[in-house]
Amino acid sequence: MMPLSYARASCADEAARLTGADGHRLLGGGTNLVDLMRKGVERPSRLVDVTRLPDGIEPAPDGGLWIGAAARNSAVAAHPLVRTRYPMLSRAILSGASAQVRNMATVAGNLMQRTRCVYFNDVAGSRCNKRAPGSGCDAIGGFNRYHAVLGASDACVATHPSDMCVALAALDAQIHIAGAGGARVVPIADFHRLPGDRPEIETVLDPGEVITAITLPPAPFGARGAYRKVRDRASFAFALVSFAAGVSLREGRIAAVRLAFGGIAPKPWRAVRAEDRLRGAQPAPAAFAAALAAEFADAVPLPGNGFKIELAQRTAREVLSTLCGSER
Amino acid sequence: MSNVQNVIIGSVRTVIGWVPAQWLPGGTPDPLIERRAAIGRQASRLDGPLKVDGAARFAAEVAMAHLSYAALVHSPITRGRITRLDTAAAEQAPGVILVMTHKNMPRLGTVPLIGVTDLTAVGNSALPILQDGEIRYNGQVVALVLAETQQQADHAAALIDLDYAAAPAKTRFEDGKADARTPASILIDKNHLSVGNAARELAEAPHSVDQVYRTPGQNHNAIELHAVTVAWQGDALLVHDTTQMVAPSANALAKLFGLKKEQVRVVSPFVGGGFGGKGLWDHQIVAIAAAKLAGRPVRLMLSREGVYRIIGGRTPTEQRVALGADADGAFTALIHTGHSVMPPYGACPEQYTSASRGLYGAKSFEIVQRHIDLDIVPNTFMRAPGEAIGTFALESAVDELAHAMGMDPIALRLRNLPDKHPVTGTAFSQHALEQAFADGARRFGWEQRRAEPGAVREGEWQIGLGCATGSFPYARMPGAAARITLHQNGTAHIACSAQEMGMGTATVQAQHAADRLGLPLEAIAFELGDSALPAAPMAGGSSQTVSVAGAIMAAAEKLTGELLRLAGNDSPVAGLRAGEVMLDRAGIASIADPARHESYASILARAARAQVSVTASGTAPLEMLKFAMHSTSAIFCALRVSAVTGEIRVDRLLGSFDCGTILNPQTAASQFRGGMIMGLGLALTEETLFDARSGRIMNPSLADYHIPTHLDVPEIEVMWTGIPDPRSPLGARGIGEIGITGVAAAVANAVFNATGRRIRDLPITLDKLL
Repeated sequence: MMPLSYARASCADEAARLTGADGHRLLGGGTNLVDLMRKGVERPSRLVDVTRLPDGIEPAPDGGLWIGAAARNSAVAAHPLVRTRYPMLSRAILSGASAQVRNMATVAGNLMQRTRCVYFNDVAGSRCNKRAPGSGCDAIGGFNRYHAVLGASDACVATHPSDMCVALAALDAQIHIAGAGGARVVPIADFHRLPGDRPEIETVLDPGEVITAITLPPAPFGARGAYRKVRDRASFAFALVSFAAGVSLREGRIAAVRLAFGGIAPKPWRAVRAEDRLRGAQPAPAAFAAALAAEFADAVPLPGNGFKIELAQRTAREVLSTLCGSER
Repeated sequence: MSNVQNVIIGSVRTVIGWVPAQWLPGGTPDPLIERRAAIGRQASRLDGPLKVDGAARFAAEVAMAHLSYAALVHSPITRGRITRLDTAAAEQAPGVILVMTHKNMPRLGTVPLIGVTDLTAVGNSALPILQDGEIRYNGQVVALVLAETQQQADHAAALIDLDYAAAPAKTRFEDGKADARTPASILIDKNHLSVGNAARELAEAPHSVDQVYRTPGQNHNAIELHAVTVAWQGDALLVHDTTQMVAPSANALAKLFGLKKEQVRVVSPFVGGGFGGKGLWDHQIVAIAAAKLAGRPVRLMLSREGVYRIIGGRTPTEQRVALGADADGAFTALIHTGHSVMPPYGACPEQYTSASRGLYGAKSFEIVQRHIDLDIVPNTFMRAPGEAIGTFALESAVDELAHAMGMDPIALRLRNLPDKHPVTGTAFSQHALEQAFADGARRFGWEQRRAEPGAVREGEWQIGLGCATGSFPYARMPGAAARITLHQNGTAHIACSAQEMGMGTATVQAQHAADRLGLPLEAIAFELGDSALPAAPMAGGSSQTVSVAGAIMAAAEKLTGELLRLAGNDSPVAGLRAGEVMLDRAGIASIADPARHESYASILARAARAQVSVTASGTAPLEMLKFAMHSTSAIFCALRVSAVTGEIRVDRLLGSFDCGTILNPQTAASQFRGGMIMGLGLALTEETLFDARSGRIMNPSLADYHIPTHLDVPEIEVMWTGIPDPRSPLGARGIGEIGITGVAAAVANAVFNATGRRIRDLPITLDKLL
């Protein structure tokens, strides 16, 4: 039999002590990892259960929010402070998976989830550089409707599938990490890596490190945020394109803006170029269009996903128009 | 599937044409059409409580002593041969009882393919099963591991060391068109139908459309996975299966394993969804062989991926439909040709031109299907094979023509409704599509539709209405038998190997038997799903209800004779002949004088019989050849398309059906709705991702193969004309498949009405509307 040990950590330090070797995996709700183990994509030698880590959701003194790593997705989505201060996060979470999955899934696990690329999942029949480094990529030239148009590489074109992380990216979330080397905090924009020639390394989390919490700074745009997900069916499908936006206006100009896309890149895609162009601009359709065009100027379509470049910009223009219109 | 078959069926049709209708089945309408009590009433499914409380035992749940568990290994390559096969590690793994590969699999022949000439032939594939080291399609079974637990079997299966030498494979639809075959016949129809000069008529028509429509491959996704629990008892074989073909499977397995028919028993009282996919495939055969080799009972349940790998789905198609019409909209040309996949070792031709051969009248027809040969697990029947996707092409084209002519699409359809079969000239047994359209249009509010596309908008949402005709032929299978056992206490037991796949077979036939025998519904017990019972044909082609009804009808006639004999001379019905009596009020009564009546209890008591039992087979279904017998429907759809994202949200769906007598409104409505939901999947979400580079299906899971979710399914209204078919048992025609037909076209036509965009390539995903 495949030897597999299981340990339950009572705190982050213990979890960090128990992991660190190749083949060690942290187990949250298991909604992704256990599936991958069944398919043979993941073959861990040790599972360290981190669902006993803090799962609270607390207001922070600065007006932000602290969310324990083991908080369940459904608990976050339903929390009154999330719903009032960060409604886009609530909407993003609720647009993902199913109620049953959200009840199990943890926020740290959501950050760590793997791509749903069908070639990544097909151990028996397909090549995948992310699953078997150096083996090649069957998604390029294959079915790549769900794949990236930004940030991909010749080695890997997979997308990060999360909805929650897109909202977290727009909210400037901070990821709190514990480990043998001490605690550190990483902005979500820096947490996920682009594939380059090492697509198997997806985050900056080092072996032996454990996510302990996510914090959200106060949102400058308050409740003026939106999350829109575009997908092939109305429920239980990953995003073809998703878009999180927060905007605040002052004297007819955009004072603060945070934009992030899902479904188009190997990581939650913070649209920095578009933000730079919009900050201080008048919220007009032409300005939105120009800013978004700049964001996608370097997009590289694959045979099956070129429509996303247009779809993402259309979706974002509509969301921005609605957001800015409603503030007037 | 041959010229010989064309000649045989053609000759029978000709002869039947000369025979007066009253000599044939259905010549005299079934008296129950007029006289019914339980039939037509709402009745909950008799098996409902068993399923809700978990008492219903499905094939993978049957308890058995000393059971062993099987896991399969599938080929990841498409063509080639096995070059390394090392099973040592698997054999030494904990709990392993047997590793079976082509090296130790018993030598077997192949299963006779499903056909119209031999109804006990049920094979979907003529390929050898684990007989050699050749790989013929991606996913083919190359090994089976048997162990004490499922986990041990799964683990050991992963330890088998295999390598392959790959060979070039035929995997590209486009490449296959060049040497596509033109079969002589498609099921019971001659394939090539040519009436008049359709090419010339089309060229000369003042109005015409000529387009190519494409539909992707699809897979059945029954909730219950394919599974068997099998045991050899000496030389006898017991197979608990989940199958749409109980008795035919038993026959086929007997032939394959060299047994007598009586030595094989297939039991399948409950099937958790079939849709055409629950037939005889490789998994039953390797499980039975493994049980023989190991001397142990075996359970084999496929994984969801396993179902995609070794159970065929629906073929992709490319269909050309061209319509020519005169100034009034009368069709002058109807052309429907195309390509689908059917490997030479497959059995199912996907008759997508079927509806086009009889739905509308036209001055000329040109219809022919061509088969592409690919190296795949052979495609098979999937709910309304043919009509489901054929009506997408035909009914989209009709809508296109109506738009081009500035005509209401319903009016154009009604303009072309034939009053007899447009090609054979035979009379329709019953046909009320016009009424179905009128009733449906009224309920749906069709008059609210704006003919101009893109005219209605709510914010970013473009609103559209569309409609289409659905169609499915009547079929009654020959050879259905049933046993009626009447007890002195006034109850009756009906036995027949029929299949219950969740559609309400037992419930509806119990209702039927109650009326046929003049008993209350509670007095009827209906036993099915066991090949030891009198044989029913497979549940397919929406034929089971009338096939079994025909058998019960025949058995009831025989029972009447038997009861008259037992009643003797001391009965109020003495002296009456079978044709002069009816079964009524728990006894026999004179038709002319219903007061002359004697109860079953009285007859049996006087004859000192606890029970009387008769078995009979239904008549040959010659009514199918004498009359044109078709069900039709009018499907209406209202939907929204986002002008921003291209997302489609269906708001309303209505089906108005003309399917003969509706036997049980509750189970019928579920059948119609279920079919229509599957039609939504066909229209909008379902597509098997077949990677032509490798010949491998890439989305073998419910996460990646998108069937509609609850949120995708709108309010669905169903209604029916309820007009009985005077030529069929009970006046009924099958309803299991027609629900899916017409839906994809109604959706596509509504999308056009909403946006002005005509999508001829299913599924209609949002990228096609950007």
